[in-house]
Amino acid sequence: MNQAFDLRSGELHIEVHKFRAGAIVFAVAFALVLQAFLPVYFPKAATLDLPLLITIYFGLSRRNPSTGLLLGMVVGILQDSLSGPTVPLGLYGIAKTVIGYLASSIGARLDTEHPAARFALTIGFYVVHQGLIAITQRLLLSQPERWFTLHLGTAALVNALVAVFLFMFLDRLRKPS
Amino acid sequence: MLLDSMAGIPSRHRSLFLLGGVVLLQVLLLAVQIKRDSQGRLIRVWTVGAVSPFERAGAHGISHVRDTWNHYFALQNTSRDNEQLKRENDSLKLQITQLQSKAAEADRLAVLLKFRQTNVDVPMVSARVIGGSADSASQTIYLDRGSRDGIRQNMGVITPDGVVGKVIESYRDTSQVLLLTDKDSGVGAMLVDSRIQSPVGGTGEPLLVMKYIPNDDDVNSGERVVTSGMDRIFPRDLPVGTIAEIKPGNPFKQIRVRPAANLERLEEVFVLLTMKPLELKRDSPAPNSTTPSAGAPSASVSSPGAPEKP
Repeated sequence: MNQAFDLRSGELHIEVHKFRAGAIVFAVAFALVLQAFLPVYFPKAATLDLPLLITIYFGLSRRNPSTGLLLGMVVGILQDSLSGPTVPLGLYGIAKTVIGYLASSIGARLDTEHPAARFALTIGFYVVHQGLIAITQRLLLSQPERWFTLHLGTAALVNALVAVFLFMFLDRLRKPS
Repeated sequence: MLLDSMAGIPSRHRSLFLLGGVVLLQVLLLAVQIKRDSQGRLIRVWTVGAVSPFERAGAHGISHVRDTWNHYFALQNTSRDNEQLKRENDSLKLQITQLQSKAAEADRLAVLLKFRQTNVDVPMVSARVIGGSADSASQTIYLDRGSRDGIRQNMGVITPDGVVGKVIESYRDTSQVLLLTDKDSGVGAMLVDSRIQSPVGGTGEPLLVMKYIPNDDDVNSGERVVTSGMDRIFPRDLPVGTIAEIKPGNPFKQIRVRPAANLERLEEVFVLLTMKPLELKRDSPAPNSTTPSAGAPSASVSSPGAPEKP
């Protein structure tokens, strides 16, 4: 069971999951490698944002806003550095920092184990993530970026669908409670 | 240090402050990059250096898997594709052969046309070879022109390369030509260099024979042989062939002549439509040719008594 009622605080207490040693590092590295590698052979794979999904998953599972936002920052800056000179360091970093914080904060308050909840949350996080990137580009980099496109909506759905299965796989990396 | 400085902040707001600090740091990082036009090269080098070995391994793996799949499993349509490609290949080969044939025909016709234009005042008609002799003993061909086109018996047949033979039968739309290589064929000829005259005849073989050249006369291998005009069929100085072999004989040399015209692959020819003496012009003299211009006085005849077949 992931949920338990904490009598001392009188609040709903949600279990914090711990992972096997190196699981987070391995998952982050694997996601970054795939993100840089897959579109070369399967161009449609560029729709996926695996580093974002990893950030969301560990944010929701660890349920600690501080570690969530730091993980998001590291993942985002690494993604920036793999994205080539057109993407300045910090573009994805800022967006994923915020997503890491939000995911951890929401994970501490809601049940995020159900596939439907994960699907819906991933759509929301994806849209927020793209919105943050658009804000950063417009305000800080003076680059015109469209707020919403049909492609963004499709990509949000695809990422959410992939997230459901990816999160089920990542659940296996948890330490048994 | 950042966490120490946050010691005074209530715990539930610490993460919010941390978020603000981290985002602010990254905004500053962005600003620095824009201001200095720097791209954070060091971080990029480290990241790419760490990731590229995995990418290389992945690329190798995917290439291996893809090759295996394409060469061993994804072969459903290979047989059908192969059949289709074979059919296309056969069709293209046929087209190439047809085009090559047409190109060769165009080349031949161009040569004929040029020859005809050079001798526009000489009455002659072009004809296509439509058949050969039915037996191997005689060397004859059939042309697609006959008496209706003015062709008569004993008219000369030539190509731009040289003498072919003479008409032996003329039908309404067809005529039969006895080739120079036939054993009953002959043409009045002479050597270009020495101007020695002697008939050249066929033996039924690819090479011709030049008869009645005494052993004392000087004849060189490779010397050109042209028509002498003495047979009253062919104009003077038409190429007959070149001397291929010379052997001493008794009382005459045994001289073999390679025909100038390719008598084994004739497709288009000209029939000279007159029995009167003619003067044909040549485009350009052949190398080593010492042939006098048409109409020049001929050299002495070495074998005055030598018979010539008409």
